[in-house]
Amino acid sequence: MLRVGLFIPCYVDQLFPQVGMATVRLLERLGVEVDFPEAQTCCGQPMANTGCTDEARPLAVKFLQIFKDYEYVVCPSGSCAAMVRHHYAEYLAGQPGFEELRGKTYELCEFLTDVLKVDKLPGRFPYRVGLHQSCHGLRELRLGSSSEIVGPAFGKARQLLELIDGVELVPLERPDECCGFGGTFAVNEAAISAMMGQDRVRDHEQAGAEVLTANDMSCLMHLDGLIRREGKPIRVLHIAEILAGAET
Amino acid sequence: MSADHAAAAAAFVADEPRTHWHDGALWFVRAKRDKAAQSLPEWELLRETASQIKGHTISQLADYLEQFERNAVRLGAQVHWARNAAEHNEIVLGILERHGVKRLVKSKSMLTEECHLNPFLEQHGIAVVDTDLGERIVQLAGEAPSHIVLPAIHKKKEDVGEIFHRHLHTAAGASDPKYLAEAARQHLREKFMEADAGLTGVNFAIAETGGFVVCTNEGNADLGVSLPKLHVASMGIEKLIPRAADLGVFLRLLARSATGQPITTYSSHFHGPRPGGELHIVLVDNGRSEILASDEFRRSLNCIRCGACMNTCPVYRRSGGHSYGTTVPGPIGSILAPARDAAAHGSLPFACSLCGSCTDVCPVKIDLHHQLLAWRKEIAHRGLLPRSKRWSMKLASLVLGNSRLYTLAGKLARAIVPRLPRFMIYNRLNAWGQKRELPVFPQQSFRELYRLSREQGNGEQVATDFTDAADERPKA
Repeated sequence: MLRVGLFIPCYVDQLFPQVGMATVRLLERLGVEVDFPEAQTCCGQPMANTGCTDEARPLAVKFLQIFKDYEYVVCPSGSCAAMVRHHYAEYLAGQPGFEELRGKTYELCEFLTDVLKVDKLPGRFPYRVGLHQSCHGLRELRLGSSSEIVGPAFGKARQLLELIDGVELVPLERPDECCGFGGTFAVNEAAISAMMGQDRVRDHEQAGAEVLTANDMSCLMHLDGLIRREGKPIRVLHIAEILAGAET
Repeated sequence: MSADHAAAAAAFVADEPRTHWHDGALWFVRAKRDKAAQSLPEWELLRETASQIKGHTISQLADYLEQFERNAVRLGAQVHWARNAAEHNEIVLGILERHGVKRLVKSKSMLTEECHLNPFLEQHGIAVVDTDLGERIVQLAGEAPSHIVLPAIHKKKEDVGEIFHRHLHTAAGASDPKYLAEAARQHLREKFMEADAGLTGVNFAIAETGGFVVCTNEGNADLGVSLPKLHVASMGIEKLIPRAADLGVFLRLLARSATGQPITTYSSHFHGPRPGGELHIVLVDNGRSEILASDEFRRSLNCIRCGACMNTCPVYRRSGGHSYGTTVPGPIGSILAPARDAAAHGSLPFACSLCGSCTDVCPVKIDLHHQLLAWRKEIAHRGLLPRSKRWSMKLASLVLGNSRLYTLAGKLARAIVPRLPRFMIYNRLNAWGQKRELPVFPQQSFRELYRLSREQGNGEQVATDFTDAADERPKA
């Protein structure tokens, strides 16, 4: 049995526990042994993205200590997984266990498609679903093909959603435009951030989405905040909730 | 930080219909670019080749510059070296004064914008006319270009009609693009006829030949230097490529990336002065050597100024070029400007959601969003972060660095925030809440639920219960 260290983003832990629980449920149903090391807090991305490397470093060091002995590290966030894989070298290069950590840290969907090689999933979700492709998952982890690059089209989240009975993915006008969350950008540039989010929501709306989903709860927190403020009839769910069989 | 992008952007966004129009106009260009790129199966190979050619050239820039100078001189051009904007402007003025030039026509040159050449020459009694249509529009409006390829992209046709009515005496209220373009054509033709000298930028200078190429869609570079006897070409030192054979790689990438055209309408090659004329090439450093010396930011010198990063940037499209307060706006501008003055342009690397679209669209593969991130670090290390950002990150690191403190803080927030009256959460101090609701705070954290589920040995049940409960979250 595969043993996985579960890496739950800090804001998911504190604000969206249902996403963490859905991740556990999904992995366990697929026969994976899940362990959540309670010493974990945050990967340090908010500090790193503000330029505060001195503040981010201790969190990276702590992360390595906590997760280095697991066979795999799995995270229901492309952005946080990308932090470990693509931005930790600055803090941890040369440290024992770091190269291995980098290689064995996966975003949830790619863990399912690339490691577990999942080709069927139970459950039924009879809704029109709009898939928001979170940028760091898309352009840092390459969980899918981005619209700028010329090459074969693919998408790991899409591939998994298509396994769920009843899911109808709706076509968007701009399939991979940023939602405008961007971490501290959401408050530093609040006006632009909000308009970017409103524009994304409108695209899902015109496509007829009933449910809006993504690999990253941070994008969804932002979009859901706009949707609820404007009273729009779109429901927001993390992809783990759909894949784990959210009955609605 | 003097120039604050967020404030300027908020002002732009305040006119929502106009912002959507601006976003749509640029997205249209981005979509055309996608189609043009997709038409070449070897697109990614071209990008990689271009990136390597530029990387190689930049790594031996001094040698290539000297080779270019030797060959350009051999062809009869005169080559000048300018350390900075002031030297560039003095050199150009000197050349023009020696020839008694009173009227200068210019084709598009972002470098002369960077050096603020126009006001300098005008102070010295030389009339300068920008002959690129977009640049002429902003020049008449008394503004700077808001985009490096589409200088007047922020102007609607009605705005242009108004400007032309005022300056070119077109009919009041006329906004038909064909009519306005014809008026501009007649007006510019007169300026071309009267000009004593022409100034162009340079898109690519070729070391092995000493020639250079200027790309335009309007043919204004050719007109501007074909009538007068004097041609001045201003170029940044990073514009070099080693061989004529390399040119094809860049010409195929440039127009496709910029506007989705297979190639610009005119690719004009200049090899020395025309018979009886003079050609002066001014090589300008103006901070480029410092960027060259930086391992982190050197790759930004690969830039061929196609503007694709602007067209694709979701922030640029919604905040307009002027919100950046720099000659080159958008992602690449937000890397180049802090190199010149990090204190003045410190907000620009933060005017970015780090979505990475610029990196994927860039024809010379500059890792733009990683460079923007690197600038954030540089700004923090130089102590240029605003105090609020500095301290909030210190506090966050303290709390997040200690799992007990972190758990406690989360618990307190989840206990207190849902009990607060709305006005205490949603007010001017809460930037998040201006347009957005906060998440509905759950009663328990994931770690609490997880522990409970392990204790009960029944993760499924607890989880399912919670999902149901979450579905009944109150709607605001």
